[in-house]
Amino acid sequence: MADAGSASGAASSTPWAKQLSLAARRRRTAWLFLMPMLLVLAAVAAWPLFRTIAFSFTDAYLSDLSGWQFVGLDNYLYLAQDPQWWRAVGNTVIFTVVSVGLETLLGLVIALTLNAHLPGRGLLRAAVLIPWAIPTVVSAKMWAWMLNDLYGVVNAVLLALGLIAEPWAWLGDPVLSMAAVIAVDVWKATPFVALLALAALQVLPQQLYEAARIDGAGAVRIFFSITLPLIRPALLVAVIFRGLDALRVFDVIYVLTGNSAATASMSVYARQQLVEFQDVGYGSAATTCLFLVAALVTALLVTAGRVNVGQRSAAT
Amino acid sequence: MSAGRHSIMRIAGRFGFYLLVAAILFYTVFPFYWAIVSSLKSGSALFEAELLPWDPTFENYAAVFRDQPFARTIANSLIVATLATVLSLLLAASAAFALGRIRFRGRTTVLLAILSVSMFPQVAVLSGMFELVRGLGLYNSLAGLVLSYLILTLPFTTWVLTAFMRELPAELEEAAIVDGASSWRILVGIFLPLMAPSLAATGLLAFILAWNEFLFALTFTLSPEQRTVPVAIALISGASAYELPWGRVMAASVIVTLPLVALVMLLQRRIVAGLTAGAIKG
Amino acid sequence: MSLAAAAFYLKNKENLRSNREETMRSAGTIAGTIALGFALGVGLGPSSAARAEVTIAISCSSLGQEQELCRSGAEAWAQQTGNRVELISTPADANERLSLYQTLLAAGSPDVDVFQIDVIWPGSLASHFVDLGDHIPAEALQDHFDQLLANNTVEDQLVAVPWFVDAGLLYYREDLLEKHGRAVPKTWQELTETAKAVLEAERAAGASELQGFVWQGRAYEGLTCNALEWIASQGGGGIVDADGRVTIDNEQAVSALDLAQSWIGSISPRGILNYAEEDARGAFQSGRALFMRNWPYAWALANADDSPVKGKVGVAALPAGEGGKPAATLGGQQLAVSRYSAHPEEAADLVRYLTGYEEQKRRALEGSFNPTRRSLYDDEALLAANPFYGTFLDILESAVARPSTVTGRRYNQLSSEFVRAVHATLSGNGTAAENLTALGRALERLSRGGRW
Repeated sequence: MADAGSASGAASSTPWAKQLSLAARRRRTAWLFLMPMLLVLAAVAAWPLFRTIAFSFTDAYLSDLSGWQFVGLDNYLYLAQDPQWWRAVGNTVIFTVVSVGLETLLGLVIALTLNAHLPGRGLLRAAVLIPWAIPTVVSAKMWAWMLNDLYGVVNAVLLALGLIAEPWAWLGDPVLSMAAVIAVDVWKATPFVALLALAALQVLPQQLYEAARIDGAGAVRIFFSITLPLIRPALLVAVIFRGLDALRVFDVIYVLTGNSAATASMSVYARQQLVEFQDVGYGSAATTCLFLVAALVTALLVTAGRVNVGQRSAAT
Repeated sequence: MSAGRHSIMRIAGRFGFYLLVAAILFYTVFPFYWAIVSSLKSGSALFEAELLPWDPTFENYAAVFRDQPFARTIANSLIVATLATVLSLLLAASAAFALGRIRFRGRTTVLLAILSVSMFPQVAVLSGMFELVRGLGLYNSLAGLVLSYLILTLPFTTWVLTAFMRELPAELEEAAIVDGASSWRILVGIFLPLMAPSLAATGLLAFILAWNEFLFALTFTLSPEQRTVPVAIALISGASAYELPWGRVMAASVIVTLPLVALVMLLQRRIVAGLTAGAIKG
Repeated sequence: MSLAAAAFYLKNKENLRSNREETMRSAGTIAGTIALGFALGVGLGPSSAARAEVTIAISCSSLGQEQELCRSGAEAWAQQTGNRVELISTPADANERLSLYQTLLAAGSPDVDVFQIDVIWPGSLASHFVDLGDHIPAEALQDHFDQLLANNTVEDQLVAVPWFVDAGLLYYREDLLEKHGRAVPKTWQELTETAKAVLEAERAAGASELQGFVWQGRAYEGLTCNALEWIASQGGGGIVDADGRVTIDNEQAVSALDLAQSWIGSISPRGILNYAEEDARGAFQSGRALFMRNWPYAWALANADDSPVKGKVGVAALPAGEGGKPAATLGGQQLAVSRYSAHPEEAADLVRYLTGYEEQKRRALEGSFNPTRRSLYDDEALLAANPFYGTFLDILESAVARPSTVTGRRYNQLSSEFVRAVHATLSGNGTAAENLTALGRALERLSRGGRW
């Protein structure tokens, strides 16, 4: 997606020489426009990120941060041998794939629904956004309460409806707890995808639809041949950021199930090392590995996305 | 015959559609409803899964404001989230123009570098950010929070606005260049108004991100006067460390969700205004 | 930037000028990049407190009665000494609080002088605290329980003074035990049998929701407390001994865990594997459980006016093994003085005052915070107000501390390994014997052969 070309062919009718100078001027403009953002981002992010990566090659300990020694790749080698780390990686990948997949699907459905002309759309839109608006720390505790096996409302409702015969231990059972954690994250983050998809839907040129309808295309075909390709860039951005959030997931899992091995994510693992064990060097290595995994996933998504963006250009 | 089947299918489709809407609504809204119900209960009633508060009490709401400067806390959150959002949108819109509309070498690298900032878990960034905030003398101040929130909001707003900016038709820009408009004029005068729905949506998401942030807010502020909403809620505790006064936590959550719902309703008009903009464009 | 932004900036320039120098300087540093943001941020700068003689910042619990008691106590000291105190409220969640403390302490921040710390933190945070033995006279200290003083002494330095103490208790439903003609169980076997018998009878009579025994089975520090009680009271020792040698891999510990594993799905619900204190209290207080293991805080709440089990609750020492002694895990909070404090003398004096006889008595009377001083358990006024203190003294005398001091900064790692082994056993992942053998090896490695 990053290279999707729509740099305008601004001077398509001007002479060659003039076009060149114009292009050079535009390049200068580009950096000028970029600079403020880059400077601010560097100012806030450079030190914290550099520090983390640098510490990952040391044996720094939180109680005495200045007394560290360079240990090379020791932390990484140790990490690679830790089965708990690999379990956390596995948990995180499952969590990310399932939850982001569901969120994208549901988010699209919600966006399409909200984009249709429904009575009370404004209220609906606000209602759908509520889960995103409640602080995660609070909403996760709320779900923990609702999912309690003995006095939680979820079991009470399911029992009353006759859907389950006896209370389920949503957060106690290893398999169910992963499902519960995913369900809560989907509940929480779907509005994010929905809102971005909605914003993309609303800037679509209407005349394309009219033309398609005149051609007799059905709703499903219109969706797949017009709507989806057109909102794909925005959707891809939403998926990338949701993916990054999911790979770094902490709050939801920690509040719902603590350090339980069945659900612990890479961030839960890293936090335990950094905060509980005060092992700054090792914990930093874990977060740097998390960073590498995230970079890999993003690279895959961007590469996959680029192909699709090419198709989009053809469609417009 | 076939027309009849068609209409039956349409009715069935319509019915299925509303069923789906209802199911989604239930999934998203029920927990909030449950929060309201819980906030109206007290003491032992909280441990019963009754769907209606038979004996509603507003004591929890009164307690939230009595125990701490909660109005001040909400104001703090509003200020911090608004500043972080406005700053991010300003910086990101300008950057998105460069990244989305101009082809130059290193663009992909810049985009990925920006994104990489979002790839570290917050807990890893915490200590470094703490040192930065202290070093700048912004510890225990809202300005320190605004600064630290930029690391969360900037990559996101830049990427989203770039994606939207790229989708705008090239003809508009060409026409403006022919008219001799500067790049700044093109951005502010033409693109940003067109992007109102995307700006509103992005701003809203960034605002909520900042509004809900907990870890930085907890670590970079100390006095009750500087606290923000999620921290204040986390600080609500009962008579002892183990007891979680659930009713009050829920009351506080309901209170702080309302401004956001109001904000959505308000931005609604901007998002809808995008429809008209889209029509003009065509 | 844009006109609107410039106007915004100008409008705020007034505030900027009138604000404190400190903010000006910081605003200046970044002005080049985001002057706008900080012009807006002005007026929100650090609050400036006019300094009295000396201001001591103390971190207490966040809100409610616990904070009120802390405030009134600290202010009484301030009145007496002519100083000022400032309360810093910190989250009740132990992990959130620890994370905040660590960030502050690792940066050498002087913002907080007196820290309220958990009973398991002295070992890992010791390097940041002053030796209170130098600042507080010995006669003000000797009345505290020995286990607590030992717990708070790291490398011969007293890093914190005990403030209030907690210990695990067995709560039971008097009415149900009476109805079924059962005595309060003295051993874990009795507890298991009693719970099974009562459950069978009650469920047959239609009380399908009733559970036998609720406790804390979530993968967190609370499970360490629970499992340590089962193991220590059945002769399995305290994970590591006083010299740091790893002792967990023994037969008594295995049979203790086997027994606990047998509870899951029979006398305890499957969901117990994610229960913390409040989940257990919720089940017990709503009348859904016969027995509960919890801290003393649940007593007042279970007997509150709106509690369905009010007046039907009894409390006793936890069961023990056959012929063994009960072993309640020690909890509670201590007060420590930061090494980075600008006024360690005054801060230590505040700690001395808050942990003193009169102040602890006041806190016990007004807020049921259990004193850490032995002599207070003989205090007439206190015994009259809280008859429960008679038994509590016995429970405290035989209480077991988690091995947080001997393992120092590695305690959290030990605890997390322990929790993992216990949680896996309870979940049916491997037998107790297998998991404890693996745990023993892991702890040997972690401690480099018991040297920690």
